[in-house]
Amino acid sequence: MGEILRNYDVLGAFWMTIYLTFFSAIGALVLGTVLAIMRVSPIAVLRNVGAFYVNTVRNTPLTLILVFLSLGVWTILAIDVTSAESQTYITDTAIRYAIIGLAVYHAAFVCEALRSGVNTVPLGQAEAARAIGLTFIQSLTQVIMPQAFRGAIAPLGSVLIALTKNTTVASVISVSEASGLMKEVMENETASIGVFLIFAAGFVILTLPTGMLFTWMSQRLAVKR
Amino acid sequence: MSAQNVLFDAPGPKARLRHLILTVVGGLFIAAIFGAVVWKFNQAEQLAGALWRPLATADIWTEYVIPGVISTLKAAVVSIVLAMTFGIVFGMGRLSQNRAIRWFCGVVVEFFRAVPVLLMMYFTFYYYASKDLFGVENNSFAAVVTGLTLYNGAVIAELVRSGVFGLPTGQREAGLAVGLTRSQSLRSIELPQALTAMLPALVSQLVVILKDSALGTAITYPELLEQAKNVGTAYGNVIPAYILCALIFIALNYGLTVIAGRIERRINKRGKTAGGTMTNAMPGVPLGTGVMPSTGLGGTNVQNLDPKG
Repeated sequence: MGEILRNYDVLGAFWMTIYLTFFSAIGALVLGTVLAIMRVSPIAVLRNVGAFYVNTVRNTPLTLILVFLSLGVWTILAIDVTSAESQTYITDTAIRYAIIGLAVYHAAFVCEALRSGVNTVPLGQAEAARAIGLTFIQSLTQVIMPQAFRGAIAPLGSVLIALTKNTTVASVISVSEASGLMKEVMENETASIGVFLIFAAGFVILTLPTGMLFTWMSQRLAVKR
Repeated sequence: MSAQNVLFDAPGPKARLRHLILTVVGGLFIAAIFGAVVWKFNQAEQLAGALWRPLATADIWTEYVIPGVISTLKAAVVSIVLAMTFGIVFGMGRLSQNRAIRWFCGVVVEFFRAVPVLLMMYFTFYYYASKDLFGVENNSFAAVVTGLTLYNGAVIAELVRSGVFGLPTGQREAGLAVGLTRSQSLRSIELPQALTAMLPALVSQLVVILKDSALGTAITYPELLEQAKNVGTAYGNVIPAYILCALIFIALNYGLTVIAGRIERRINKRGKTAGGTMTNAMPGVPLGTGVMPSTGLGGTNVQNLDPKG
């Protein structure tokens, strides 16, 4: 077991997992918030586009999205996300497409998590905001969304945990993160339970504290009613 | 009450004009994105009829698509059956009065929820191969089913547990009052109600399983995505093949989501359980009493929210 830790860059692979998680989480949060606002806005076109996005994306397998980005968008449509001259062109492009795919996919879930957060805001809050004459944008940014974010912390936490685990799918488009390295180890050495447990433990270490942090935060920051 | 009615007033003339302008701007923006996609497709010569025409031939369907759908469904159905068994056994284990059993089942369930499905598929794929447990041709199928069963079984175990917790305590007390033991009351009063309440969540879990089966492509299980890849290679039409594959997945999963919603409404109307029904709102978050607070702005529950692969 120690041999595997010596011969393979296990920490580096998990670092890539964290890297993918971090950047795609930011992307998903931004895009998801925009989608959530679209879905509650007075403009019917935006509402429908938001709903269409969420229904389409969350019913599509993430694997399909990543493979499509890699084989379709990059190879066939030849859309580059890194400079073609760079030395690490192929690796970098795969990593960036993985981040884009993960962000696009999880944005749908962030959007739904925020909507479930909007769900926790009592009707009276919106009525009061309107009664004092706030416009839609004002009541959204000053009354509804701050409470919705605080109410959505628990579901946002489980989206983040799922995102962490889903970074493994990036190995399908040959990004060398943790699951990709485990596959390599098992091809070269043996598929022993010990090897599996090392990598599984890595994910437990990543996701367990995240879960506890978000549970604690959701209780701490919940709007007391 | 829908969010729209509360978040903003009925628009007056000025607001109507503003909404109209924003609608046009939004519409143009969407049209621009669509136009850019079409332009890019055209530039890469992806709109040529020769690439799309093969999709209408019988060969593609009989050789690739239908076998792919069948493999996907086969893995999903076998996994849901096994995951149900796993889930009920470990869910009841977590409710056991024996502390050791409770603890053991808790560790198993939490472990399999924390480990990515793909990691389990890779491991079992190579492990089964090295031990030659299922023969070469069944190896990838066995690995896909194992991965899906362990993860979804753990999720279902949590559903069972929270379903039983969601029932009013009077249900168990009544069982005890007529002379049943704790485990008898669990098995013949609480569990049946929990399972009924779980039904919508269970159907949404099928969506998760169907989607996750696409991970099988990483270990060469010939499911739908793998077959779409093969179509792309054989006919040189990668993009059309993937778009067809996506449409089939979306249709299947959207259908399941609609069914889950129907079942939920039906159970609620007939009042089959003492507690509420449970929707698969957010696996990973304690489900509590099952129903999310619907007194707030959104009005309806947000369903099928498992972001798994």
